[in-house]
Amino acid sequence: MASPQRHDLKRYPGFGAVTWACIVLLYAPMLVIMIYSFNELRSITTWGGFSFAWYLKALNNPQLHSATFNSVVVALVAATLGTILALCAALAMTRGRQLKHQSASFALLNLPLMVPEIVTAIGSLVFFLAIGIQLGLSTIIIAHTVFCIPFAYLPIAARLQGLEGYFEEAARDLYATRWETFRYVTLPLTMPGIISGYMLAFIVSLDDFIITNMVAGPGATTLPMAIYGMVRTGFTPEINAISTMMLLVSALFVSASYLISRRGASS
Amino acid sequence: MAALIATGNSQQESAAGLTARQRGLLLLPALLAIAIFLVLPLGFILVYSFLTKGTYGGVVWEFSLAAYEQFLFERDLFTDELVFHASYLQIYGRSVLQALVATIACLAIGFPTAYYIATRPAAQRNMWVFLITVPYWVNLLIRTVSMLFIIRDEGPLNSILLGIGLISEPIRLAYTDFAIGLGLVYSYLPFMVLPIYAAIERFDFRLVEAGHDLYADRWTILRQIIVPLTRPGIVAGSLLVFIPSLGSFIAPDLLGGGKNLMIGNTIALQFQSSRNWPFGSAAAVILLTLVLIVLVLFARRAQQAAAEQGRQ
Amino acid sequence: METQALRRDAVGIDQVVKVYGEGASAVTALKGVSLSIADNEFFTLLGPSGCGKTTLLRIIAGFEQVSGGRVFLFGEEIEQLPPNRRPVNTVFQHYALFPHMTVEENIAFGLRRLKRSDTEVKKRVGEMMEIVRLSGFAGRRPGQLSGGQQQRVALARALAPQPKILLLDEPLSALDLKLRQQMRLELKQIQENTGITFIFVTHDQEEALAMSDRIAVMSQGEVQQLGTAEDVYERPSNRFVADFIGDTNLIEATVLGEDGPDRRRCRTAQGLELTASGSGDPGQMVHLSIRPERISLVAGIGGSGTPCTIDRIIYLGTNRQVLVRLADGAPLTLLVPNTSGSTLEPGSAATISVAPGAARQLRD
Repeated sequence: MASPQRHDLKRYPGFGAVTWACIVLLYAPMLVIMIYSFNELRSITTWGGFSFAWYLKALNNPQLHSATFNSVVVALVAATLGTILALCAALAMTRGRQLKHQSASFALLNLPLMVPEIVTAIGSLVFFLAIGIQLGLSTIIIAHTVFCIPFAYLPIAARLQGLEGYFEEAARDLYATRWETFRYVTLPLTMPGIISGYMLAFIVSLDDFIITNMVAGPGATTLPMAIYGMVRTGFTPEINAISTMMLLVSALFVSASYLISRRGASS
Repeated sequence: MAALIATGNSQQESAAGLTARQRGLLLLPALLAIAIFLVLPLGFILVYSFLTKGTYGGVVWEFSLAAYEQFLFERDLFTDELVFHASYLQIYGRSVLQALVATIACLAIGFPTAYYIATRPAAQRNMWVFLITVPYWVNLLIRTVSMLFIIRDEGPLNSILLGIGLISEPIRLAYTDFAIGLGLVYSYLPFMVLPIYAAIERFDFRLVEAGHDLYADRWTILRQIIVPLTRPGIVAGSLLVFIPSLGSFIAPDLLGGGKNLMIGNTIALQFQSSRNWPFGSAAAVILLTLVLIVLVLFARRAQQAAAEQGRQ
Repeated sequence: METQALRRDAVGIDQVVKVYGEGASAVTALKGVSLSIADNEFFTLLGPSGCGKTTLLRIIAGFEQVSGGRVFLFGEEIEQLPPNRRPVNTVFQHYALFPHMTVEENIAFGLRRLKRSDTEVKKRVGEMMEIVRLSGFAGRRPGQLSGGQQQRVALARALAPQPKILLLDEPLSALDLKLRQQMRLELKQIQENTGITFIFVTHDQEEALAMSDRIAVMSQGEVQQLGTAEDVYERPSNRFVADFIGDTNLIEATVLGEDGPDRRRCRTAQGLELTASGSGDPGQMVHLSIRPERISLVAGIGGSGTPCTIDRIIYLGTNRQVLVRLADGAPLTLLVPNTSGSTLEPGSAATISVAPGAARQLRD
C-alpha cells in the first residue's frame, strides 16, 4: 500500500519547511536579543556569564523612567479617546440601514491606515506649527488619537456586524429605552470587540516612533524615542534589556487579547 | 488599506432604534477628528509644496515650483541653469524596487506558510496564527534593533558563520540594501501571512478533489485553482506589505545606516537637518500619489474580478 | 471472490476494509466489501447516510485509500494510482465547479490536463454542452447558473474526458423534486447513449429503483443485498433491505409446515395464516415481509380473508394508505388504489387477504 501522504491531495512538499523557516525568521532575532540581555559582558561576541546587571542599569535610568511614563500616559489617553470615537462611529455605521455617505465615511475612518506614516508625521508637524499649538505631550496625544481610531474601529465594527439586530429588537420589545438597550444588550455583547480594539490601539500608540518623533517637540520624550536615541549613539546591552522587557509586555498583551477574543468567539 | 480586508457594510434595520440623525451625530466626532487632524494637515502639505522655502526652515508665502523642480533638476552654481539630475528619482526608484523585492520575498515565504497553517487540523490552526501574530504586537523599533543586532559585523550571525568556518572574515550585512530588504520582510511578513491564511481557510478543498479527478497534478491545481481563488487574499497581503515598505523609515534608517536612503528618510530629512519644507512636502505629495495610484489600480481590479465572478 | 472474475469486470472490489482513525476512536466504514461491476452497467450504491457508500465511491475515485483489500479497474490493481491518473471521473455532490472559470473552461479542464489538441477540446466541449443542453451558456460562470444548470455542467465536465467509469455522488440531492425526476431520465439516457459505466451513490431508493441495472444495498459498512431493482424490492434478502426499500409490514411468524420447495405455511402471532417463500422447520420463528400493495382489502366482513378494523386512511393521490388493526390490535399497513366511490371509512370493519407469494421470509 502507498504511504498515506502520497494521495493526500492538500499536501505540498516543502511548505512545512518554509513555515518553520518563517517562524525562525520571525523569532530568532528576538530570542537572540533576549539571551544577550543576560550577558554579563559588554561584548557581543563572548558570553561572560548570566547577569541581571543590564536590567538594573536600565531600571535605574531616570531618562527611561520619564520616557516610559510619557509613553504610558499617551497610550492610555489616546487609546481611550480613540476607542470611544471608534465605538460611536461603529454604532452609527452598523446599527441600521446604509447611511447616505456610508462608503465615504468608511474610507475616511480608515484613511489613517492608508496614508504612509511619514506623510502623516510631517503633515501633523506642519499643521500644529501653523495653527500655533505648542509641541509636546498634547500634540502627541492628538496625533495618536487620530491613528488609533481605525485600529479600534475595525474589531468593534466586525463584532457589531456579527451581532444580529434581533437582540436589540427583543430588548426594545421588553420596554428597554434606547439607552438601556445599549447599556444592557449592545455594549456587553460588543465588549470583546471593544477590548481587542482598545488593546490594539494601546499597543499601536506605544509602538509609534515616526509620528511621535516629529510632533514631540523638545521636552516630551517617549520610550521608542529614547530607545532610538540610545541605538543611534551606540549599541549597549542595556538596549537588549529594555527590548526584552518591552517584548514581555507585548507578549502579555497579545496573550490577553488572544484569550479574550477566544472567549468572545465562544460566547 | 483596511477597506481591502474589512467585510462589507451591514444593512440591518435600525435595531438599536437610532434615527439617521442620531447616527450622524454619533459618527461626526470621529470623522471630524480625522478631517481636522489628518485631512487638513495633508492639505497643508499640498499647499506647502508650492511655496518658497524659508531660510531657517518653514516657508515663505510665495508661490513657487522650486520644490518640484528640485526633484528632477539641479541649479548649476555658476550658470544658474537647470540641469537634469536623477538622484531623487533614483531614491524613489530604489524605494519602489526595495518595496517590490520585500513584497515578493514576503509572498514567497508567506503563501506556503499560510497554506500550511490553513491545512493543519482545526485545533492546531489557532496556535499557528497566534505564533504569526505575536511579532506584529512587538514594537517595530525593537524588532528592527534585534535584526540589526544579529547581522552586525561582530554579531551572532557572523560569529556563527566564522565559527563553523564558512567564511574567513565577517561579511558586511548591516548597513546594506540587503539589510534594509531583510528588515522590511521581517517587519511586514505577518501582514502577508494573515490575509492569505484567511483566504485559504475559506477555500473549498472539494475543488482540489475535482481538479485531481480531472487529471490535474498538484502543481497545476495550485496554479490554476488555488491561487486564482485565493487571489483577493494574496492581493490584500501584497498591498499590506508594499505600501508600508514604500514609505518606511525605521528599516532604512537603522539597517541602512542612514546612507542608503529611501523615500521616508528623504522626507524626514527635509524637516530635520536639511530644513527644506517645500521640498519635503513635495516629496510627501509624490509618495502619497504613488500610494493612491497603487490603491486605486488594485481596487479597480478587485471590482472587475468581483463582477466577473458573477456572484448575484 | 474469484480473482479471475475481478479481472474481467469494469470495477472489482475485493474484501475492501476502510478504517478511519486509530486505536479506541477508530471507526470502521467498510467491513470487507466485495463487489464486481460490469462494463456499461448502471450500478447503484444505495443506503442510509453513514453506510459506507460514499467511502466506497471515494476509494474507487482515489480520494481515499483502503485499509485492506484490493480494488481493480478493468483487471488492474489501481491502489497505487493517484486520482489524476485514473480513467475515472466524478460528479460531486455539490458539483465543485471552479467558480473562477466559465462553463466552457470548466468542461475543458480535464481535456486540457490530458493535453488534448485545441481543436479536439473545442469540439468535445461543444458536444458535451449539446448533450447536457447548455449550448449558449459557454461564457457564463457557475455563480450565474441555476442549480439544475450547475448540475448539468458538473455532468458535462466529468463526461468530457470520456472516462471509462463515471462516479456520481448523490448528484441529484440538491435539486427540487420535479427537476430530480427529469434528471433521472436524462442520466439514464446519457448512460445508455455513451455506454460508460455509471456508479451512482444515493440514499433515495426511488432514484435507485428507477435508474439502476443493479443495486448494492449497503448498511453499516456491508453490502446487504446485490441485485436488480426487482430483486431488491420483490425479494429482499433481509429485514434491513425489506425495511429500507419501500414500505413493508414486518411480521413475526411460526413455521407450520412445508408447502412445496422453498415455501412454508406460516402463522403470525395474530393468527393470520399464509404461505411465505423461504425455508425452516415446523415450529421455527421467522420474520416475514409483506408489501402493503400486496394485501387487498374489501369493506365489511366475510369471505376467506381475515377481519380487521380500519384505523386511519391517508390520501396519497393515486393511492390511499390504509392503516388497519387485526382482531388482537396488531397494526398492518395497506396500499389500495384510489378508485372512486370507495366506501372505506375509519372505524369500519373490513376484510384483508394477502396475495399468494406476497409474504417473504427474511434473514435477520
